[in-house]
Amino acid sequence: MEDKKKYAWLSYIIMGSAQIMKGEYIKGIFLLLVEILTIVFGIPYFAHGLWGIWTLGVTKFHFNEQGVAVFDHSIFLMLQGIISILLILIIIGIYVYNVRDAYKAKEEKKTTLRDKIDRNFHWIFITPGLLSLVFLILLPIVFTILIAFTDYSAPYHLPPRNLVRWVGLQNFKEIFGLKIWNKTLSGVFIWTVTWAVLATVTSFFVGLMWALIVNSSGVKIKKLWRTIFIIPYAVPGLISMLIMRLIFSGQGPINDFIEHIGLQRLGWLTDPHLAKFTLVLINMWLGAPYFMALMTSILTNIPKDLYESSDIDGATAFQKLRHITIPMVLYSTMPLLISSFAYNFNNFMLIYAVTGGGPVNPNYRYAGHTDLLISWIYKMTLNQQQYHMASVVTIMIFLIIAPIVAFSFTRSKSFREEDLI
Amino acid sequence: MSTNTSTSEIKLVKKKKKLTPKTIALRALVYTFLITNTIFILFPVLWIIGSSLNPGNSLYSSTMFPKNPTFIHYKELFTKTDYPIWYKNTLKIAFLNMIFSTILTTFNAYVFSRFRFKGRKPLLVTILVLQVFPSFLTLTAVYVLLMNLGLYNTHIGLVLFYAGAQIPGNTWLIKGYFDQIPKSLDEAARVDGATNFTTFTRIIMPLAVPIIVFLALTSFIGPWMDFIFQSLILSSAEKKTLAMGLMEMVTGQSNTKFTLFAAGAILVAIPITILYAFLQKYIVEGLSSGAVKS
Repeated sequence: MEDKKKYAWLSYIIMGSAQIMKGEYIKGIFLLLVEILTIVFGIPYFAHGLWGIWTLGVTKFHFNEQGVAVFDHSIFLMLQGIISILLILIIIGIYVYNVRDAYKAKEEKKTTLRDKIDRNFHWIFITPGLLSLVFLILLPIVFTILIAFTDYSAPYHLPPRNLVRWVGLQNFKEIFGLKIWNKTLSGVFIWTVTWAVLATVTSFFVGLMWALIVNSSGVKIKKLWRTIFIIPYAVPGLISMLIMRLIFSGQGPINDFIEHIGLQRLGWLTDPHLAKFTLVLINMWLGAPYFMALMTSILTNIPKDLYESSDIDGATAFQKLRHITIPMVLYSTMPLLISSFAYNFNNFMLIYAVTGGGPVNPNYRYAGHTDLLISWIYKMTLNQQQYHMASVVTIMIFLIIAPIVAFSFTRSKSFREEDLI
Repeated sequence: MSTNTSTSEIKLVKKKKKLTPKTIALRALVYTFLITNTIFILFPVLWIIGSSLNPGNSLYSSTMFPKNPTFIHYKELFTKTDYPIWYKNTLKIAFLNMIFSTILTTFNAYVFSRFRFKGRKPLLVTILVLQVFPSFLTLTAVYVLLMNLGLYNTHIGLVLFYAGAQIPGNTWLIKGYFDQIPKSLDEAARVDGATNFTTFTRIIMPLAVPIIVFLALTSFIGPWMDFIFQSLILSSAEKKTLAMGLMEMVTGQSNTKFTLFAAGAILVAIPITILYAFLQKYIVEGLSSGAVKS
């Protein structure tokens, strides 16, 4: 054994060599393969990628003598750069493992393939998930963050016609410094926060009210009422939202009814203030059933003796609600309430499907009266191709939402049993 | 009301209370509340059903209770529009997403719940941080990435993205559930010679059915509701989904597809509503697992 360890240094140069000498062929060949692939395919790709992310390309779009378009695509180069960095990190990880493993003694026991698989089971099982995590989530996030530091936007900085440049913090300076951007940002931000609070609070309390009333002692056939009140939750959200858009539209049934009783038709979705109110109303319809479903089980878990002893003390129904039910329910649902806030903060679908962010606000850049930060980002990305500013706002949302989600998460069960901090 | 101390007497008082005019008034109030809310809840649903049966095709001319109801729009959906294609595409995407998401997430959750290995905690924290970043803030990146991989305008590209995006949040959810299954069961299985894989399929999975049903259901339903990524990733007519098609019917400039939309919406809502009704138990369990347990 000592004899075999002598060759361990070899694995610094040739990955897997020590393992092969130890007789661990599968592992050794795998490591060797990693090295070969890295040298043959990896290095050219990485070199180009790293050069690409550093320079974002140097060749401007033009036609060469043969009439073929020649250009560097800055965004593809940036992507290649990020992929290169991620892959290099993974390869370094494998390399470090390879060297450490080389100095380890060979497993004494004779093991079958089945045992080997079983021993490394967790790594095998987790690899698909981790790879998707790195390439489908981490990669896009890094990419989005980096875009905020470039000038990637229509009309003059759009590949392949033009190159994109690194601009440092200029976009951040602009969004806070330039009046039109600044005004849009603050306006949309204030409405987003107001909306998230109103939307969460209204559906929470309507849900609670429904649950309390349906479960109160005097009500017969509770199951029927509960089923009716849960219906909006079961109807696919997008469908409900589109239906609501039609119901509240200029020639929709609500206005028909209003006209019928002799009043003026209202711009439910076209008047800036009324549109906001309508959105909250619609969200109540969509969101309250969820809270009702939750409350029903939470209410039955409140210890009965609390109510009994308060009866003895002569508490009124309102006092019981105020001092027992609401605190108990709030305590149990706090994490969900917070995540509901975070959800509404980014409730793109509702805004997009019902008002589309409208009515138009001439004082805003690329945003309407009811646009949330998230739908503003969407418009900047897909309609206006202002990718750089969209990324800046994305980073801001992240900085606002992250602490909120993190806070609510640290209180959940799954997290508490894990002593991570 | 009463300062009596014995509980039996309180019950007596309560029984008497039922007869007073005050309780009758209260009950009338409660039922009025329930009925008005029922109208508020059911109106949109009934309205869209009624509309789908209207003979005309514009919002303006349709009524909630048509005089001569017709199923013509349901027929037209299948003969005059791409509705069957959208339906087929959506079903395919939903089904694939369900399979991919469930496998990826339960695998991850099992490993994090049952194994203690180097790098476990940093990984868990990383997943947590990633979860905080709303997945669709990365629109542009996803678009460019799929373009690069040649997966733009393919269903598989969309499914890959969906399945990936749900991993962080759901891994924690499922892991929390797995953590509650006693470890002694695993150990007993190990003593009997089970491998990690058989422990997973024979012990953990059967005991985690409620949360897995919840996960499968939410990943199945997701693609029916999402519009953003579909409109970003899919571009050609034969790749279109229900969400995209229905959205166009409503937001399109011509105002002539309203009743078609109504019929199309109902054909989507019916199966999903039934699915929810049957799996209600699991949904409530899954949803409330984020609440603080007392």
